[in-house]
Amino acid sequence: MLKNRIIPCLDVKNGRVVKGINFVELKDAGDPVEQAKVYSDSGADEICFLDITASNENRETIIDIVRKTAKECFVPLTVGGGVRTIQNITDLLLAGADKVSINTAAVKNVDFVKEASKKFGSQCIVVAIDAKKVSENKWEVFTHGGRNKTGIDAAEFAKKVEENGAGEILLTSMDKDGTKSGYDVDLLQTITNSTNIPVIASGGVGTLDHLYDGIVKGGASAVLAASIFHYGEYKIKDAKEYLNSKNVSVRL
Amino acid sequence: MNVTIVDYQSGNISSVINSFTEVAKGKINLQVTSDIKKIKSSDKIVLPGQGSFKSCVDSLNGISGLVDTLKDFAIVNKKPLLGICVGLQMFADIGYEEAETRGLGWISGKVSRINNQNGQFKLPHIGWNEIEIQKESRIFKEIKNKSHMYFVHSYEFIPEDKSVISATTDYSSKIVCSVERDNLFGTQFHPEKSDKIGLKVIDNFLKL
Repeated sequence: MLKNRIIPCLDVKNGRVVKGINFVELKDAGDPVEQAKVYSDSGADEICFLDITASNENRETIIDIVRKTAKECFVPLTVGGGVRTIQNITDLLLAGADKVSINTAAVKNVDFVKEASKKFGSQCIVVAIDAKKVSENKWEVFTHGGRNKTGIDAAEFAKKVEENGAGEILLTSMDKDGTKSGYDVDLLQTITNSTNIPVIASGGVGTLDHLYDGIVKGGASAVLAASIFHYGEYKIKDAKEYLNSKNVSVRL
Repeated sequence: MNVTIVDYQSGNISSVINSFTEVAKGKINLQVTSDIKKIKSSDKIVLPGQGSFKSCVDSLNGISGLVDTLKDFAIVNKKPLLGICVGLQMFADIGYEEAETRGLGWISGKVSRINNQNGQFKLPHIGWNEIEIQKESRIFKEIKNKSHMYFVHSYEFIPEDKSVISATTDYSSKIVCSVERDNLFGTQFHPEKSDKIGLKVIDNFLKL
């Protein structure tokens, strides 16, 4: 049977990992390539890089990181952040990324998702949706790291990107992100019930129980987490063993 | 030994190149090309494939002489060829992704959309799933039954002759995830993305 995936996410700024893992064995805690290797060796089901570099001039930096990582990690690699053009996607895939995640550009123009999935295949197009609760059972899509309100209903948008060829949805709750209080399970349920493509849960993980909730209660196919792994609170192995002990099937 | 990864603009093949390079590590001369002469003089061929069945078949047909060269290599001369994902699916007579499209017709059968049982199963089938080995296969040497491999696909290959099936995986139904006949091999999963166990599949193929 298909296993639920655990995906550590590395935030990369100007070529360096922000909030890096504090493992003593690391030579350089800020090196994204080395950190990705640690994750892949410890059983991560996929690796995600989120490029939070503000400027566009630094695209070469993330591409170079992807190139080096792809030569050492043989699990799927997703790269997001600043993916706006077909050329951006081509560059990342040629460097060795397996999937790209599109956020603002998909909200601005959903045809971009269609064009990208037609050109590269749905299997490598992930649409990242940042959602914020606006009223009871209603979430709205935000862009620019949660700063810009779009007026677009998150569930409607999720359906729309599916119709336009997205292979997966990376769903982040802007209310929960950084709080360590758990995923927004209601949001997850709403999106997983209204779409037929896999949904990756993101935003709010503080404990291993939260991962369980995202999968079992929220219906997510995969769970993404950053800080619980970065600070060494939990290892990927701990997360998998915990989920397995609660009868959630994972790749051990 | 010369091993060729066929580059026919079938989408993203960087990961295939990276993983074969890792396993080959200087022992094998690895080339990435669509040059007919180079393909003919190869000892082994890897046929990757991403995107839709139709787009892959169209790209393959777009390179003059390529399909005939591959057929001579794998079917007439029975030299080792490994198809990955849509590379495997194209072995079929016909595929239904995007539009009804003729495949290579190397292994009789069709490629249809996985039955998601009215939305009970999300598609694409993305992630790690266990393979159930159905017959001894040379590319599964030293690979345990129920090993995890990485999948990403919405269509499945249904061969007429079930004896070609070397492994299946369980997703909605028993999906064919690898085939072997003579020296023709195909995997629906991505060995290049399946961690150490996937690299072992590649190693087995290169050691044939």
